[in-house]
This record gives sequence, structure tokens and C-alpha cells, in this order.
Amino acid sequence: MSRQTDTHLARALATPEFTERFDARDWEALIGQARTSDLLGQLAERLRDAGRLESTPSQVRFHLDAALRIAALHRDSLLQELSVIGDAMQSLEQPVLLLKGAAYAAAGLRAGRSRLFNDIDLMVAKNVIDRAEGALFRSGWRPTHLNSYDQRYYREWMHELPPIEHMTRGTVIDLHHTIVPPTSGHIPDAAQLIADARPVALPHCPDVFRVLSPVDMVMHSACHLFFGELQKGLRDLYDLHCLLDEFSPEPGFWAALLPRARAQQLEYPVLLALRFAQRIFGTDIPDAVASECRKRLAARPTGALTDHLIDASMYPLHPSSDSPWRRARRQILYARSHWLRMPLHLLIPHLAYKAFIHDDGKAA
Amino acid sequence: MSQRPHLSTLTPSELRQRLHSPDGLRLQLGRFVAGIRSNFDSVADGLQALYADYPVATADDFCDYPVELRSSGLRRYVRPQAIFRFEGMQPFKPLPGDQAVAMLEWGLNWVFTNHAQHYLIIHAAVLERDGLGLIMAAPPGSGKSTLCAALALRGWRLLSDELAMIGLDDGLLMPLPRPVSLKNQSIDIVRQLPGQPVIGPIARDTAKGTVAHMRAPRASVEAALTPVQPRWILFPQFGAGHALDIEAHGKAHTFMQLVSNSFNYPRLGVTGFEAMGRLVDGCDGYTARYGSLDQIVPALESICTRSA
Repeated sequence: MSRQTDTHLARALATPEFTERFDARDWEALIGQARTSDLLGQLAERLRDAGRLESTPSQVRFHLDAALRIAALHRDSLLQELSVIGDAMQSLEQPVLLLKGAAYAAAGLRAGRSRLFNDIDLMVAKNVIDRAEGALFRSGWRPTHLNSYDQRYYREWMHELPPIEHMTRGTVIDLHHTIVPPTSGHIPDAAQLIADARPVALPHCPDVFRVLSPVDMVMHSACHLFFGELQKGLRDLYDLHCLLDEFSPEPGFWAALLPRARAQQLEYPVLLALRFAQRIFGTDIPDAVASECRKRLAARPTGALTDHLIDASMYPLHPSSDSPWRRARRQILYARSHWLRMPLHLLIPHLAYKAFIHDDGKAA
Repeated sequence: MSQRPHLSTLTPSELRQRLHSPDGLRLQLGRFVAGIRSNFDSVADGLQALYADYPVATADDFCDYPVELRSSGLRRYVRPQAIFRFEGMQPFKPLPGDQAVAMLEWGLNWVFTNHAQHYLIIHAAVLERDGLGLIMAAPPGSGKSTLCAALALRGWRLLSDELAMIGLDDGLLMPLPRPVSLKNQSIDIVRQLPGQPVIGPIARDTAKGTVAHMRAPRASVEAALTPVQPRWILFPQFGAGHALDIEAHGKAHTFMQLVSNSFNYPRLGVTGFEAMGRLVDGCDGYTARYGSLDQIVPALESICTRSA
């Protein structure tokens, strides 16, 4: 790792002009960091918007163009899947929320542009989740985790059902009933989230889909990142940077963000999101919000330690930005994510089961 | 490109030094630069045997694909293992250390098929004759590589033994000449062919049996930046004792056969469909069953002529 290159990706995403004086070695570090962080499409998009694609050396541009092409194809296939899902869900006569990447793309947000889509995340009210799953089964999706332990793990403890996979097209859906695992002790009001969701119009698609309101969307994105394993920390934080930047001019957005997060018991991840987005991408946050954020984080007893650990996950896992000490901190964060998701009296038996009994390689 | 020194101009110690350096040995492979790092002496020897004619890129060139083949820790001394990395990521499980050269070849194939998404990529050997391209697509074990080596030794230009890369914009075959991968009996068959084949180190007991590679002819390496118009598509089926039987196919059959041999066709969506359609429209498709090179080589040389 070199201290000169380790923030290349974050800086290029925040300020594309940063690449102006790049030599071949700088470009190699940048492309490599973007590849390992799943941010190559977003980087290409950013350079294109800033008019910097033309001045990029042709050998480098080849990879950026290919990433844009693949991202466009990903988007087409996402929209195609959504129209199938929309047809399947129409009979529920209930709103279906799109979460994460699918939501960003469907709502036409910057965070959804030129990205890759892996699983499609949906959310419905808990009392219709079985019917929703049935409707998807009738359209060709099948369970992936047939083991009865995994089924119970998801259905009793998690905020989503076991992933289901389409039998011919292979697309994977995660069906949620809320946005964080109930075992984490944070119980947001899912009915409220659904009631406040906004409609999105998609081509060739019945009107069933909604996305979370801007404040809730940021809150969920923050939970996903900071209660998760932080393996793709920089990518998820870049999503947050794009969301915050785009929602910033919406009237009432900043005034509502922290109070709403507090009311939903999810203030902590939102505070972390604001702090790290500002630190890594220079996100523009109103002074009053930023200073409240600092104050509340400083009041937490393990604040400095957590801060130091999380910082490591905001560097790409690439030789130009990685170090043994950063890797070690990522390992600690991985353990932390399990701790945050479940209380010890559930976590210890769960890990023991995974380690000693269940070894079919399809770990939850 | 012609001004660049070839790998053969490096002394063995210079070569090792580059492989150990952080930038790696920067080898020009077709239109790409691979940065190869390794602490295996066998990799240095293998590169010297198989890549002698390849240009070495300069320090100012952008490296498209940095790869690493490394034995690490104490395992270097006791039953060494070869670990392949691309951009620091480890896409495969380690293999025994004596398979390091073969693993480098497999790893590079993986890198190209997963990252060169400007091309429709088909699992096929590709050769050129009189300016037109022959694509031989087949699953492993069909005799594709042996036939490919035989044709290359008879003066056909080798574009690739493994990957047909069809430009999505121009429909042309992009050359990526690299060593021809030979398995088991075909190693000895090719060694005995005229045309002075150069065979690299042999790896035994791999997942594919015994594996060795034949060096790509120098003329093919020198022409590596000249794309080729595809003209013939062949699905070879070798079987001991087979009589020669060549069957021409309709477009639909050829299309579907190519789809089943493609690496990234589904990923490319409509673009892939259009590129495949254009390819098949411009080519004649055949299946060839044969029992020996003596049957199939003359037959192919009469099919693949300019006037056909």
C-alpha cells in the first residue's frame, strides 16, 4: 500500500478533476480500487458527467466504457425482472416496496445509475409476506435454503425470508418485512415506513411498487451499511453520499432526518453515515446537523474505538489501499456485525450450529 | 509495438527481478498489458519458454490486468502451493506448486473472460488463413486444442487457442495469441508434428490430467494487433477410429451451438444477441467428426480457402 494512492477512488468519486494529473500508476490504482469495490460503473459515470472521459487515456477508457456497457445491461435486466415481479404481485393488492439498488434505479436517483445489481430487495407488510412469497413461487422463483435450520433462522429471527431464486433466469429476491433484524433490539415501525413510501412508475409495470421516503431511504441505507459486515463499505457509503447530496435541497429533509431516525430507534447508524460521508466524500451537511451529529457521537462510550474500526472498511480491499492492520480491523468489524444483529443467547448457539453441524457451504 | 524489447532479451536474472518487483513483468498480450508477479522460479522458466517472442511493455504503459502467482509463508518450503490473485483478490483455491505455470494460464483466461466485456467471448480456438478467420468451438475433450496446434504448425495464424473475442462494435475477431494448452496424449502427438513445436513445462495430476503448453508461432505474436474477419465456424468432434464426416449446418443450429459455448452471451443481453447474429450471418457452420489429424487437416484446408 502507498499512502499516496490509498484514497484515489474516494477522491476521484468526490472530485473527478482529481484525476487530471494522473500517470499510469495512478490510473492502475484507481481502476483496481474501483474493480475490487464494485464501483467501476459509478466511477465511469462520474468521470463522464464531469466531461473527463475524453481526456482519459484510451487504455483506461476501454475499461470504463466496458463498465458502462455492463451497467446499462444490468439496468435493462433489472427493469425486466421488475415487470415480471410487478405482474406476480398485482394480486396482493398491497404496496410492494423496493429497497436499496432496485429502489435507487426505479426512482431515477443518482445512486442507482451505472451500478451493478445483485439481489433484488423487496419489502411488504408482515401479514402479507407469505402470500407475496407464494405469488413469486407461482412465477418461477424457488427457495434456495431448503435446510430446516436456515428456514427457521430467517423466518424467526431475521427481517427477511430466505433468498429465493428464479429457476431459469437465476435472479435472486430477498423478501423483507422490515428493515433491520428484530433480534438486533431495534424495532422500527414498519407500517409507518410503508405508509410514508412514495409511488414509482416503471415501464410495462402495474402500479404496485413504492420506495421509502427520502429520510427513510437514507436511514435504511445507513442501517444496511453500519449494522452489516462492511465488506463493501466504500460502495455503500458512496450510495449514502449520492442520496444525501440529491435529497439535500428537498424542503424539510435535513430537519426531519435525525428526529425521524431517533423515533425509529435508528439514530446511531444515521449519525455514522453522516460522519463518514462527510469525512470520505466531503458530503455537504448543514452545520447545525453536523455539529449535533458530532455531539451525539462523542457522547457514546465506545465512539472513538468504533470510529477507528469503521475507518478501515472505507478503504478498498486492493493492494494499493490495503494493509495488514486495516485487514485486522475489518475482521473485528465482521464479528461486530453478528453481535449487533443478535443477542448473545441466540448468537452463540447459532455460530456453534454453523461451525459444527451445518457445513453445506450455504451459510446464512 | 515493434520497438519494444521481447521477453527473450531479458536475462534470467532480470526476468526474476521483474517478477519479484511491485510492478511485475509487464507483458503485452494482444491489445492488453498483463502485469505478472511471481516468486516461483518455475513461472520464470515457463514464461521464458512460452512467451519469448512477446513484447515487454514499458514503465509508462498502463497495466490492464495485474495478476500474481505466489507461494506464501512456510508452505514455500514444504509442499508449496500456488495462489493466484487478480487485483489482490483470490478467485480460486490454491493448487499444488508444481502447477504454477498452468495456473497462470488458467488465471489469465479467467481474467479475460470476466473483464474484457467489449467482446462477445466464445470458448473456441481461432485461426486465420488468407485473411479470414476460422472459429473452432467445442467443449473440453473434443480435440480442439490439438487440431489448433496442428494448424498453427502448418502456418495458419493463431489468434487464440481458448477464447474467440468478437468485437461488439465491429464484429471482428480480436487476436489474443497465447500458448496452446495440451492435455495427456495430445502432448506427445503435437511434439511429433513437423514445424518444430516448442513445448513448455509439464504439469502432472492436475484437474485436467497432464498439461503442457505449446509456444505460439512468432508470426502470430507479431500480428497480434491485426483483427480478422470471421468466415468459418467449426464444431470439431474427435473420436478414436471415427471416419471423417463433415456436416454443414443451418444458421439457427450454428447460433445455438455457439451460445452454448459462450462465456458471456447472457451477460451481454440484446448486444450479445445482435453480435452473435451478425457473426453467424457472415460465416459457414460445420460439424466435423474425425479420427485423426491426417483426415481433418486437408479437409479443413480445402474448406477454408478464399474462394469458398
